[in-house]
Amino acid sequence: MTDTTTRETAPPGAGEPLLGLVDVGKSYGNVAALRNVSLDVHAGSVTCVLGDNGAGKSTLIKIIAGLHRHDTGRYLLDGEETVLHSPREALDRGIATVYQDLAVVPLMPVWRNFFLGSEPHTGRGPLRRLDVATMRRTTREALARMGIDLPDVDRPIGTLSGGQRQCVAIARAVHFGARILVLDEPTAALGVKQSGVVLRYVAAARDQGLGVVLITHNPHHAHLVGDRFVLLKRGTMAGSHRKGDITLDALTHEMAGGGELEQLGHELARTPAPTRSPAAS
Amino acid sequence: MSDTRTSDSQPPPTEGPAADDAPTAEPPAAGPPGRAGELARRLFTRPELGALVGAVAVFVFFALSAESFLRPGSLSTVLYASSTIGIVAVAVALLMIGGEFDLSAGVLVTSSALVSSMFSYQMTANVWVGVGVSLLVTLAVGLFNGWLLTRTGLPSFIITLGTFLMLTGLNLGLTKLIAGTVSTKSIADMEGFSAARAVFASQLDLGGFTLRVTVLWWLALVAVATWVLLRTRAGNWIFAVGGNKDAARAVGVPVRGTKIGLYLGVAFCAWVLGQHLLFSYDVVQSGEGVGNELIYIAAAVIGGCLLTGGYGSAAGAAIGALIFGIVSKGIVYAEWDPNWFKFFLGAMLLLAALLNAWIRKRAEATR
Repeated sequence: MTDTTTRETAPPGAGEPLLGLVDVGKSYGNVAALRNVSLDVHAGSVTCVLGDNGAGKSTLIKIIAGLHRHDTGRYLLDGEETVLHSPREALDRGIATVYQDLAVVPLMPVWRNFFLGSEPHTGRGPLRRLDVATMRRTTREALARMGIDLPDVDRPIGTLSGGQRQCVAIARAVHFGARILVLDEPTAALGVKQSGVVLRYVAAARDQGLGVVLITHNPHHAHLVGDRFVLLKRGTMAGSHRKGDITLDALTHEMAGGGELEQLGHELARTPAPTRSPAAS
Repeated sequence: MSDTRTSDSQPPPTEGPAADDAPTAEPPAAGPPGRAGELARRLFTRPELGALVGAVAVFVFFALSAESFLRPGSLSTVLYASSTIGIVAVAVALLMIGGEFDLSAGVLVTSSALVSSMFSYQMTANVWVGVGVSLLVTLAVGLFNGWLLTRTGLPSFIITLGTFLMLTGLNLGLTKLIAGTVSTKSIADMEGFSAARAVFASQLDLGGFTLRVTVLWWLALVAVATWVLLRTRAGNWIFAVGGNKDAARAVGVPVRGTKIGLYLGVAFCAWVLGQHLLFSYDVVQSGEGVGNELIYIAAAVIGGCLLTGGYGSAAGAAIGALIFGIVSKGIVYAEWDPNWFKFFLGAMLLLAALLNAWIRKRAEATR
């Protein structure tokens, strides 16, 4: 199974995938949230996971990020079967996850958010303290390197726009040596322009050699940056494609429900255009 | 006084946009206007600003309305009253920044004094043994609060309300059971008492001004708390677990450990104050302390701590405690009916809470 997928997906990433999931499944009690999902993440490429609400995207992200353990299947890190026990362990292994809502602590300054959980120290013994000067400077530099222009790193991060906050979180992951960047719906709550900004940073992270997992329900955004597309539907894989193999239209079609959409089209076609109310029933 | 407070909350809205514009106008902060805007912005993002203005206001108010208020003796009394609130309020403030409450802090002070006194008396041991046992017992209560909170995920309000009621009952019940009355026996003639009194309840006369050792404890604890909060990793974690627990967990912050540590901090400070009360009065009334937990919380809130966590400062809580000291003693020196004290504090608390809400809205305005 791994052999075939590796061969299949060789061109853009080249070589062994950083992260591979093989037939992974997860149940909460009697409810199977995820069944037989496989995907590969290569260095310098973007793997998009597309799915509707309830398709199992968040379960998948929690498994990759080490928040939950998978029940079945294999989790391969650098080709080695791995079991992650905590988000901390995932971070230490180079997997950084940027969550949609809980990426930052709004009332804390940007620089404190940037280093949260990995604060550098200076001094010894009782004088051991945060290296505040380095933290401020590094934050400014790391943001600049990602092309983010932020005049004041002392502002509470909550005063930044949603897109800017995502970008800070991405820059943070890149700075801390993440090899695999998992992005949970980074563009979901954003407008067109802000989404463009975020996608540009996703591409910047990819160009710096990271393997990116982009979770989204927007096929347009996915198709712009993605190299591989994994479609989830009610907890199972509904398709796995490489960029060359699928057009945006096909992706949108599959994403929007494929057959279901056609049926919906028939239903809607029967109702006359100007009157809106019967469509609901 | 309320006039001064309202005028205090006036400038921010007008200054707000100006402060926002300054950084965006010139990124590498150089010119004098940018620096002024920067300074104004820094000032208004300080959590203790409102409390500081309030403290100055009540100080001036009582200095004008009570002649005896500015005498050294009166000021030392004010400082002493502030310190007995401030010692615990500092730890409570840190806990609130970490997003939790402790309703048991007030009676825990009494428990700590009772354990210390009764252990030494019953075992006829050196009082330092009692002091040590008391520290362990008090920390155990803090550990219990923190452990139960992180284990069950119940709101800290409920958990510490439980420990508050249990401790209130235990204080009275055990004291009656062991000592036979509602207060402890005198331990003044026991070994080590004078040394312990020197550490926890001594005073120094400086020409009319009496410096109580509790003031030094208070200042030291505020300094340590400020250092921890602003210059250590633990401090970053405290802000983070209070501000957004899930985000903190996701980046690898030990959320449980941080919260348990905060409850241990409250317990430690309650122990310090408990030992002070014991060695200052020699006997302990077992029903004392009820209601003080709310005063600690009020001092922290007046000092700029958000009830929802993630924002505040140790210095702010100290200023909050100072306001309590000034008002409670100022009313006495002004020879008013002391019943007005609570009214004043209630009004001050509401003003502080309004100011806090406004700050939070501003900080999260452009979500």
